[in-house]
Amino acid sequence: MIRASLAALLSHWWRHPLQLAMLLAGLALATGLWSGVQAINAEARAAYTRAETVLGQDQLDRIVATDGRLTVARFAELRQAGWPVSPLLEGRRAGLRILGVEPLTLPRAAAVPGMPMLGSDDLGEFLAGRLVLVAPETLDRPGVAEALAGLKPQAAPDLPPMTVLADIAAAETLLGARGEVTALLIDPGRPLPGPLPSGLERRVAVADQGLARLTDSFHLNLTAFGFLAFAVGIFIVHAAIGLAFEQRRPMFRTLRALGVPARTLGGLVLAELLGFALIAGLFGVGLGYGVAAALLPDVAATLGGLYGAAVPGVLELRAGWIVAGLGMAVAGTLAAAGQGLWQVWRLPPLASATPRAWAVAAGATRRLQALCGLGLLTLAGGALGFGSGLWAGFAVLAGLLLGAALVLPGLMALVLAAAGARARARGVLSQWFWADARQQLPGLSLALMALLLALAANVGVGTMVGSFRATFTGWLDQRLASELYLTAETPAEAARLREWLEPRVLAVLPIVSTETNLLGQPGDIYGIADHATYRDHWPLLSALPEVWEAVARGEAALINEQLSRRAGLGLGAVLDLPGGALPVAGVYSDYGNPSPQAIIGLEAFGTRFPEVQVLRFALRLPATEVEALATILRAEFGLRETAIVDQAGIKAFSLRVFERTFAVTGALNTLTLAVAALAMLASLVTLSASRLPQLAPVWAMGLTQAGLAGLDLARTVMLALLTAVAALPLGLALAWVLLAVVNVEAFGWRLPMQAFPGDWLWLFAAAGLAGGLAALWPAVTLMRRRPADLLRVFANER
Amino acid sequence: MLHVNDVRKSYPTAEGLVSVLAGVSLDLDAGQSLALTGESGSGKSTLLHLVAGLDAVDGGTISVAGTALEGLDDKGRAELRRDRIGLVFQQFNLIPSLDVGANLAFQARLAGRHDRGWSTHLAEALGLAGLLNRYPEQLSGGQQQRVAIGRALAARPALILADEPTGNLDEASGDAVMGLMLGLVAKAGASLLMVTHSERLAARLDRRLHLRAGRLSDRVQP
Repeated sequence: MIRASLAALLSHWWRHPLQLAMLLAGLALATGLWSGVQAINAEARAAYTRAETVLGQDQLDRIVATDGRLTVARFAELRQAGWPVSPLLEGRRAGLRILGVEPLTLPRAAAVPGMPMLGSDDLGEFLAGRLVLVAPETLDRPGVAEALAGLKPQAAPDLPPMTVLADIAAAETLLGARGEVTALLIDPGRPLPGPLPSGLERRVAVADQGLARLTDSFHLNLTAFGFLAFAVGIFIVHAAIGLAFEQRRPMFRTLRALGVPARTLGGLVLAELLGFALIAGLFGVGLGYGVAAALLPDVAATLGGLYGAAVPGVLELRAGWIVAGLGMAVAGTLAAAGQGLWQVWRLPPLASATPRAWAVAAGATRRLQALCGLGLLTLAGGALGFGSGLWAGFAVLAGLLLGAALVLPGLMALVLAAAGARARARGVLSQWFWADARQQLPGLSLALMALLLALAANVGVGTMVGSFRATFTGWLDQRLASELYLTAETPAEAARLREWLEPRVLAVLPIVSTETNLLGQPGDIYGIADHATYRDHWPLLSALPEVWEAVARGEAALINEQLSRRAGLGLGAVLDLPGGALPVAGVYSDYGNPSPQAIIGLEAFGTRFPEVQVLRFALRLPATEVEALATILRAEFGLRETAIVDQAGIKAFSLRVFERTFAVTGALNTLTLAVAALAMLASLVTLSASRLPQLAPVWAMGLTQAGLAGLDLARTVMLALLTAVAALPLGLALAWVLLAVVNVEAFGWRLPMQAFPGDWLWLFAAAGLAGGLAALWPAVTLMRRRPADLLRVFANER
Repeated sequence: MLHVNDVRKSYPTAEGLVSVLAGVSLDLDAGQSLALTGESGSGKSTLLHLVAGLDAVDGGTISVAGTALEGLDDKGRAELRRDRIGLVFQQFNLIPSLDVGANLAFQARLAGRHDRGWSTHLAEALGLAGLLNRYPEQLSGGQQQRVAIGRALAARPALILADEPTGNLDEASGDAVMGLMLGLVAKAGASLLMVTHSERLAARLDRRLHLRAGRLSDRVQP
């Protein structure tokens, strides 16, 4: 019985291969985009975990020299005096982070992945400075082999990318720092023999900021996009499954009448769908791998630029997201088919065998759907008004998008009815055009809902990125007002540079900063000079009168927007700072920085943090003299290339990071729109068979097949354009929520929203194109149909 | 073979509960054929559906081949239909995605009693031998009904229930299909309960009963 019933159920798909293809394609695309995003997230999170484990030494307190110079000889002295310390040499070479350790004295708490894998021979080679450990994917990067020439690099999968772990002797050679040590790690398990000798200071380990925590917002955004794409894909699946259920309704009844129990039938349909879900899920996971592999380099660059997180640009197959992808495919299928499955389960054997219109077609259902939509919109409003946190922001987005999608068919029906009433005066063909569009609406409404979501996402994200770009560019101009930025290696060099520069430039503005805890969170305090550069340009969002004077006198502080929002500090509020609290006199925008920050006057900074040396300067000079001065500085003082950065360079770098940040969301946006177009194609193709009885009478009454195909094409484009009209306000609302709610919660800053009417034209063009492309094939098929096919409509009438 | 005793059935409507069958009793012996006639709405099809276990009685009892329907759950009723009953509908109800050959053998396969020789004989007797690879949409109405009759007989059921089997066919096709069905039912040794409007077709069966307003109002012996 089961075999025969299953064969009958499956025979439907063999007879409707296109419907099956659409079902599988929709499911594969939905799963693909979702698991692609998950793959990226999994890869990034694995990188964070690796970074946290290899950087075990970052969790240890360390001893450093107050003058910045620490030597191997000093380490030996301390060790002989009973100090439980181990030397660490850190530096960069050819883009690699070189980490030199001394394995024999290294504290246990300083985890060093890869080391336990070394056999006795390899350990000997490591200690001899001939073998170094490198992450496998780093070995293949250009320039790495040259940088490690003469050494034997061994792959250590637990190391983060672009990090080389070496014996301190090998690190000395690589960094050209013979006899130097960056710091001495203190073994936390052993007591110190006495007070620190002079010239040395103990640096308490700053609690790890947690890359995973810092980047959570970014990944949450990606996940939200992945989910949106998944939802759009599931619309295709829902449309295909819905139609298949409707077309097979007589078959279900016949099977029941011929003796197949309801449970058996329901079970078989469920098994059939689960089979499809797994097949499509596998394709989807493969597709997701491709999407992730294509997007990962941009994501890696973004995470590196924004958070300093090293994520490999190469993707690894991970069981976790493969299983999650298949799980999502199954869950999506069940969600899309839930209603139909329930009906099959409850189908009485005498149920009407006439294929009824889709559930969404029924006026009552449409009204109920619209009411649900309005309910969701109200809930979104409630979450906006009363909710808090990032999840409330996403709840607003979800309610807004889903609510609007549910309201769309009802709204469209009203618009088409109104247009039809007006068309009556323009002739019978026009009247038929609008009436037929209304008749098509139920079958197309799911696809139009998918298109609405995709277009709104495009408008929303486009507006957010555009606003971000415009604000960010202006902000960079304000923030990077100085023409040249200079970093000295030692206080002595800084003093010499300052003395040399002062008569040659308009102003030398010292920049000093220190890392500290600001209201319980790791952040930075800056000291700035009292100068017109800051007064005229600094991007203050709000300030008390005479703010700069108060800051210069050391009587007030400026704080960044992130700190202001997170700690709820407004103007006049008191900010606890090392060395005494200060009132907040101004709040400034600080895009791209996830941490809290405060600015105080230069003199006040010197008093509070006397140990911080002035090593950095901002220089004011005519823009035409920048290049010449940089050349002279390099020649006179032998400054490294990276010690001098001009304003244009920083801006270009910042904008590059910015563009790459949004390259990923842009790509996901485009893919989502493509999926929506496919949803329309799926609906139109599956509907085209049932269109013949509607079109044949009009053809018989004197309209050509080409004319009918043209009208069909125009009708779909018109419906897509109407959807675009609805998508525009929805997209703008989405942008507002992203800018005013999600970004504030995720990053701590708020951007002013700007409108880009030029992009709206693109939106309408994209909607028309999606509709046109989706309708093209069914229209051409209709045009090429043999008259006999159309005549059969009449012949089959009994 | 079939015992229907004091069967009652009502349906709720906007105007209240409407009685469709108000105490119907009949018996049908093995190998016998019985025509059930009556006006539209007299309850003919309802009685047929109740006998097939497609719907449940409000009162009274039905037993088919010694099995009482009242004690059966959905699974039991489905099993009864599958194994003991062959159904022929007015609308044919073929499976559109299966070809004629697969449709013919379908119920026999469900019941696990597919007999290739009997199926071939049915196909030849019903004039379908050359159409086995066609799909239902490629057949005329008469051809589709012949497939439906073949499907009902393929599992050699004890009881054939036919609901207006020629109602969608013209007179000549209807007569031809009817002749084939009666011949094959007799050959299979099955009983036949047929609902029809046509007195002419009813006269071709062993017995006739007339339903009026939910009651058997007239018994006509051949």
